[in-house]
Amino acid sequence: MIDYSKVLSPTVCSIAPSGIRKFFDLLDGRDDVIGLTVGQPDFVTPWHIREAGIASLERGKTYYTSNSGTIQLREAISNYLVRRFDMPRYDPKSEIVVTVGGSEAIDIAMRSLLVPGDEVIIPNPAFVCYEPLVKMTGAVPVIVDTKLEDRFKLTPEALRAAITPRTKLVVLPFPNNPTGAIMTRDELEGIAEVLRDTDIVVLSDEIYAELTFGRRHVSIASLDGMRERTVVVSGFSKAYAMTGWRLGYLCAPEPLTTQMLKLHQYAIMCAPTTAQFAATEAMNNGDADVIEMAEEYDRRRKYIYEGLNAIGIDTFEPEGAFYIWPNIGKFGMSSEEFCQRLLEEQNCAIVPGTAFGPCGEGFARISYAYSVRHITAALERIEAFVKNLK
Amino acid sequence: MENKLLKLIENDATLTPEQLAAMLSKEVGEIKTLIESFERDGVILGRQSLIDWDKTDREYVTAFIEVKIQPQRDRGFDTVAEKIYNYPEVKSLYLMSGGFDFVVMIEGRTMREVAYFVAQKLATIEFVTSTATHFVLKKFKDKGVVYKAPELDEREIGGV
Repeated sequence: MIDYSKVLSPTVCSIAPSGIRKFFDLLDGRDDVIGLTVGQPDFVTPWHIREAGIASLERGKTYYTSNSGTIQLREAISNYLVRRFDMPRYDPKSEIVVTVGGSEAIDIAMRSLLVPGDEVIIPNPAFVCYEPLVKMTGAVPVIVDTKLEDRFKLTPEALRAAITPRTKLVVLPFPNNPTGAIMTRDELEGIAEVLRDTDIVVLSDEIYAELTFGRRHVSIASLDGMRERTVVVSGFSKAYAMTGWRLGYLCAPEPLTTQMLKLHQYAIMCAPTTAQFAATEAMNNGDADVIEMAEEYDRRRKYIYEGLNAIGIDTFEPEGAFYIWPNIGKFGMSSEEFCQRLLEEQNCAIVPGTAFGPCGEGFARISYAYSVRHITAALERIEAFVKNLK
Repeated sequence: MENKLLKLIENDATLTPEQLAAMLSKEVGEIKTLIESFERDGVILGRQSLIDWDKTDREYVTAFIEVKIQPQRDRGFDTVAEKIYNYPEVKSLYLMSGGFDFVVMIEGRTMREVAYFVAQKLATIEFVTSTATHFVLKKFKDKGVVYKAPELDEREIGGV
């Protein structure tokens, strides 16, 4: 009989499955639960975008596209980034690669840059994929904990302290999942100041760029001297409610995209053609949808922020993404225990902060990609739970 | 801000002043005052629920009726409109551009009841010159809401 432990890669086997999925599996088969757990919009992709995908099928657009994506989509992305975020222009012909979600963009960027022994600075808490993808290359994740007193931002001091001669890459996951923290232009300037005279590359994951509240997102690539050392990763999932279409992109200087494109070419060939047609419509005619959805998230954000604080859970006010990161440390139990007991006692699900790194201890991630009615029902259960604890 | 508040109330009349205040970053008192003034000024005229009666055993029939009238000197369409909308059977009434003047939406228990209303009441109103009645076969969408059962939230199946 075959011994699978001998055939599987020890590197892959050493990687833990996602802590969020582990929690979701607890929910499996329970329909009495009110959850605030998901990391995707509750909106359906706007109809004109879906229709563009359907129309492409009707016209028989069922072939591969160019490896880096249709030129129309790459042009639309280039224009979009200038229009919406005042970013430097990326050459559609050579500096943009359309990928299968932002996740693939992160993967091919890391695999193109990293060799065993390289160090990658990852601010935590953060989206769960950076660390395993770094480990897959043999490089070493260097975790920098962000703190409540810094509003969960990466500080120049913390960055400088983490840099060694082996540092190759810094991941900049803002607007942040799970904390909802953002980085302003001034704060990014501090980070840029640390990096400018180095050979360190920035992987700026800007998937939530459209979802900032009160101020527009700034990309570190738009700061002086930073474009040449930054890989910008983004996608359509969060801004256009297009998670299931699996479409993202990366923008970087040509010497980087040339190598990243090879990985994409051999592993993926090209991103799904139907999704690319839909996404072109989204980029060219979807600004109003994005604004409308962002306004709705903002109303929910204010509502849930006020609601959590009103029931005695001290909560940092998020400025981006669609998550809120309440401080549950004062209830005298671990994040995991808090979330499990909330689930058992009140049939309400939120994600333990530790799913996003050890420094998430004392916190939980609550998603507000839900209707106000749903959020209200969940808040009532959370309130009942914490009242029983007192 | 006023229009944003109205839009929220228009989409969900069950939102409380406390909820609205949180969502709009306003004081609860300010929201209450605004809503009261909207009601006083006739900006907010009522609050209703969208009910899919097809899912119940209630028998009913809806018709849209195109109405042409002979306009009256100095009075425009208002007098005739008032005569039409005073009937409780009339659920909606619009003055239209194009080939006819009014469209009247009426609801009755049976087609016979609607036919009776058109022939005996609507068509006999002074200055009404013709009517054309269209019965509704199925309602798909009303007030921005599609008439179908809500779908299950399947979002927890995927993602990391």
